[in-house]
Amino acid sequence: MATTYYTEDHEWIRVEGGVATVGITDYAQEQLGDLVFVELPEAGRKVAKGDVAVVVESVKAASDVYAPADGEIVEANTALSSDPALVNSSPAGDGWLWKMKLSDDSQLTGLMNEAGYKAMIG
Amino acid sequence: MAAIAAACVRSGEVMTDGSTRTLPLDDLHRSAGARFGAFAGWSMPLTYPAGVMKEHLHTREQAGLFDISHMKLFEVSGPDAAALLSKACPLDANGLEVSQSKLTFFLNDQAGILDDLIVTRLGADRFMVVANAGNAAADEAHLRNLAKGLDCKVDLLDRVFLAIQGPEAWAVLSRAGIETGSLTFMHGIEPRQNWFMSRSGYTGEDGFEIGLPEADARALVEKLLADERVMWIGLAARDSLRLEAGLCLHGQDITPETDPASAALMWAIPKDLRAAGAFIGAEALREIAARGPAEKRVGLKPEGRQPVRAGAQLFDENGNPAGRVTSGGFGPSVGHPVAMGYVSSGLAKPGTKLFADVRGTKIAVDTHPLPFTQHRYRKG
Repeated sequence: MATTYYTEDHEWIRVEGGVATVGITDYAQEQLGDLVFVELPEAGRKVAKGDVAVVVESVKAASDVYAPADGEIVEANTALSSDPALVNSSPAGDGWLWKMKLSDDSQLTGLMNEAGYKAMIG
Repeated sequence: MAAIAAACVRSGEVMTDGSTRTLPLDDLHRSAGARFGAFAGWSMPLTYPAGVMKEHLHTREQAGLFDISHMKLFEVSGPDAAALLSKACPLDANGLEVSQSKLTFFLNDQAGILDDLIVTRLGADRFMVVANAGNAAADEAHLRNLAKGLDCKVDLLDRVFLAIQGPEAWAVLSRAGIETGSLTFMHGIEPRQNWFMSRSGYTGEDGFEIGLPEADARALVEKLLADERVMWIGLAARDSLRLEAGLCLHGQDITPETDPASAALMWAIPKDLRAAGAFIGAEALREIAARGPAEKRVGLKPEGRQPVRAGAQLFDENGNPAGRVTSGGFGPSVGHPVAMGYVSSGLAKPGTKLFADVRGTKIAVDTHPLPFTQHRYRKG
């Protein structure tokens, strides 16, 4: 059974068996507008909580997406190289950004659940 | 995602912060579902629910309606009006025919560009000046200062300012009861009392800019939006449209630190004025033109999909500094990233291979002719 967490930076993290899939929320993609490029990490890269893991670029601006916890990137969503707009059309599905193996999944315990996130964005 | 959080905070501030000015038609943009952002001290619609990509393409295919009321209209009138403008701008104001418009500038003594403006002759001694939002207050002070001792006055007009741009712009205006047939590109008239309408724009497309009283504007907007070919277009698409069209944004692509020769805008200055004009900045501009500008504004086409944005530094093939990007983003009509910037004059030839530093990665970019999309002006 997967557990989904949300950050104040408008990311979602779905954790299953020690591996986290990370993406941005529907609210975030709407704020950013049409994405035209996603700078993806390479598998094997080690990241610390707060590192920039991905940069998403809209027509107007580039925005950083941070690693929500320490770990190692195991896969990036390479479908976004040819179709970055997947993040707009399916932010919680086909538009996921990367998967990472968590070093310590207790780092996620302070994060919000879906209800908490929805309350935050109002 | 700090940038998204910041954007949310900013839009929140815009709604409550009294120092950000609200457009007269703000309620219409809100009911159209606009997302707002601050620009030049104004709370401006950035995008509507269709999104920047669709808004951009719609403007090139049909007709886009823009609220550009942050820009300012000045009327300069009186026996010395032409003399004032010919001093303030590299412009032969007396040589303009009635209804003729010209792109021109306010320059400083070093020929730096204080603002870019469109001046239209309305009558024998009356001119309309359209100025950029961020510079409007400084422009007004500058004009009033230069007008001291001259027999002319400067009136800041209280108008809503709309742009309707795209290949169907003339047809939708016609359906709304406004005939444009005799008006050609870079001409402006006063079709009704307190209206100013010019065939001009900031998209590279055929189109019109109309300054008019608020009540008239509300009636016109309602008629225009009833036409299925028309949709509201936000500031985000206005920026991508003008960038594809190779048009400069003051404050980014042209500033008080850049001059018309470096900015590749000398075409806007008549030859005889370049040689012998007495406008402010004339001597400095002649010196720059005589020795050749050290750098030139060029188009830049990044290879691949990654946008290269304002502020990115440029390097030549040997890694030596070559210039900087002043505007950059994605061009929805051309389907690839587009940018412009300044490069050392020796590297300005189209096709020169350069590299832009984007977050530590070198992205290959070619200097590219401007515009990226051909202008489709109705020159008559």
